Formats: sequence, structure tokens, C-alpha cells
Amino acid sequence: MNDNPFSLWVYLSQSPLLWLTVTLLVYAATDAVSLATRRHPLANPVLHAMWIIGAFLLATGTSYTSYFAGAQFVHFLLGPATVALAVPLYENRRRVVSSIVPMLVALLAGSVTAVVSVVLLAELAGLPRDVVLSLAPKSVTAGVAMGIAESLHADPSLAAVAVILTGIMGAIIVTPLMNRTGITDYRARGFAAGLAAHGIGTARAFQVDEIAGVFSGIAMSFNALVTSFLVPLAVTLLVR
Amino acid sequence: MLASLGLILLCQLIGEAVVRGLGLPLPGPVLGLLLLLVLLLARDRFAMLAYGPLRNDGVETASKGLLAHLSLLFVPAAVGVVQKLDLLASHGIAIVLVLALSVVVTLLATVLTFRLVSRLLKQQDAR
Repeated sequence: MNDNPFSLWVYLSQSPLLWLTVTLLVYAATDAVSLATRRHPLANPVLHAMWIIGAFLLATGTSYTSYFAGAQFVHFLLGPATVALAVPLYENRRRVVSSIVPMLVALLAGSVTAVVSVVLLAELAGLPRDVVLSLAPKSVTAGVAMGIAESLHADPSLAAVAVILTGIMGAIIVTPLMNRTGITDYRARGFAAGLAAHGIGTARAFQVDEIAGVFSGIAMSFNALVTSFLVPLAVTLLVR
Repeated sequence: MLASLGLILLCQLIGEAVVRGLGLPLPGPVLGLLLLLVLLLARDRFAMLAYGPLRNDGVETASKGLLAHLSLLFVPAAVGVVQKLDLLASHGIAIVLVLALSVVVTLLATVLTFRLVSRLLKQQDAR
């Protein structure tokens, strides 16, 4: 037996091993539940892994920094996974090329709606100016949104929170909403998911249908570009 | 497998370097995605490129492996929200409602535009 019962905890809390293991195991469990419910929208694995791990951290008084020291190995793979989207895109290139016009028009309409709606709604709700600015880029991936928020002198960490919340809510809402509209075109459904809810929406789209995933990845990639130009413009025109 | 992962990382590395070097408003990995796509298309045209990871579905298999658990990769960033609850404390409910409404409006605007344009084009073709 060790002299100090805390020495094991001290070792574990300082090594990346513990939180990497927790991240993988909790995700494996939430993903198994999602599979068992036949990918029910409310069984979203990101949502449930988020609060379960969050509760672990709060209960053990672990800072996000020490958690991230372990979880960064998983986080790092986001970049290579984005590159890997080239493969399903390549395999479905004929359908993609034949849909280029609807994609471009939907990209413009969707990007403008994403930015304008959140700015107007936030103003209507009477949120303070710096919060409105931080919410504006919420439909693009966290890295890009934080960059946009920084360039507006808004709060990048609030922007990141808005991005994650948008992604999770979008991934939950998209399937029931689309079913209600009666639209069965998975190109259009996937494109909307990626545009409104970036990578988390794309992960959801791949769960539902491969074509939806491909179009979602395209929307996510190009929305990052359009939104970078759009947010500064919209903020100048719309924010008092 | 290793060479395929290496190729994916190389595409990302070049993407990041170009984006940073030219100050482009685009995530580096998105440029890497375009680069890998160009490589795959070029391989079909030029037989000499069908080498290493670009042969026998090498990079294809590795990519699908990475994408199989795309949701997992968002977990570390998502947990950041739980640690920033104080940020949401003052305006939390308003922020969540605003984001939820906006995401619904955005989904509908995008999907309806896509369908509308796609239908208009089909009518034009039929004529």
C-alpha cells in the first residue's frame, strides 16, 4: 500500500492518461446509447458526453486546462478529419457537381440568414452589444468564430460557447424539423445541417445518410469563408 | 495506413501554412481538404500519381476511419462549455433562446432555397 492515498490521484490528475481515457469511455457509452435508440436526435452523443464529463470535472474540482491536457489528443484529430472529408466528397463528386447552382444560392441565403437572424434576435432580446457581437459568428467552426469575435473586439470564449450550443441544438433539431417539412432530398437536408450547425451538424448528417454528410461538409467549409466576410458587414449595418 | 495518415497530415500542414502565410479567412484544414480532393482527382487522370497512399484505397480507408467517429472529436471542445457556465449566468436563457430560434430559421432558409433553386433548374431542363 502506498503511504499517501492521494499520490495515485496526484499522478493521475497530472497525466493526460486519465482524461483521455474518460473522454473515450464516456463517448463510447453515449454512442452506444445513440446506436441503441437508432440514432434518436435527443440521444446526441456530443450532448450527453459533454454534461457527463463536465459533471466529472466539477465533482473532482478539475480545471478545464488539466482536462484538455488529456483530451487534446482527440481534439487534435478535428483538423485531419476535416481534410478526410475530401474522400466522401470525391466519391460522390458527380452528384456534387450537378448540384453546384442550388448549393451556391443556398450558401448565400443560409449564411445571410444565420448572421442577420442571430444579430436581430439578440438585439430584440436586449442583450448587451458585446454579447451580440460574440454570438454573430455562431454558425461556423469554433476556430473561425473565435477569430471573427477577436477581430470585432468581442469575447472569443463566449463565441466558442455559442458555436458549441448552436451545433448541438442544430444537430438535435435538424431531423425532426426536416421530417416536418416533408423534404426528403438528403442533399438539401445535409447542406442545411452543415451550414447552420457546422461540424456537429455534419457529424449528425453522416449518422443519417452519407450524401447528407457530404453536402453538410461542403456547406460547413464554405460557410466559414462567407461568414468571415459577412459578420463585419452585418455588424456595421445592424448593430446600434 | 501510416503513409495515408501522413498524407492527410501533410495536406493539413500545407493548408495551415498557406492560410497563415497569405492571411486567408479560411480554416487551414479546409484548404487541406481541397488539396486532397485535387490529389485524388489528379490521380485518376495521371497514372503515375497512383502510388503509396493514393493506391489501393489507402487514403480512402484511413479517411473513413477518421470520419467514423466524427462526433467524438467535438467532445473536448464541448466540455469547455460546462466550465464556462459563469459566462452564461447573466444572460443564459436569452442566449440559448436566441441561438435556438436562429438555428431553426437558418436550417429552413437553407433547405428551402436549395429545393427551390433545384426545382427551378429541373423545370428549365425539362423545357
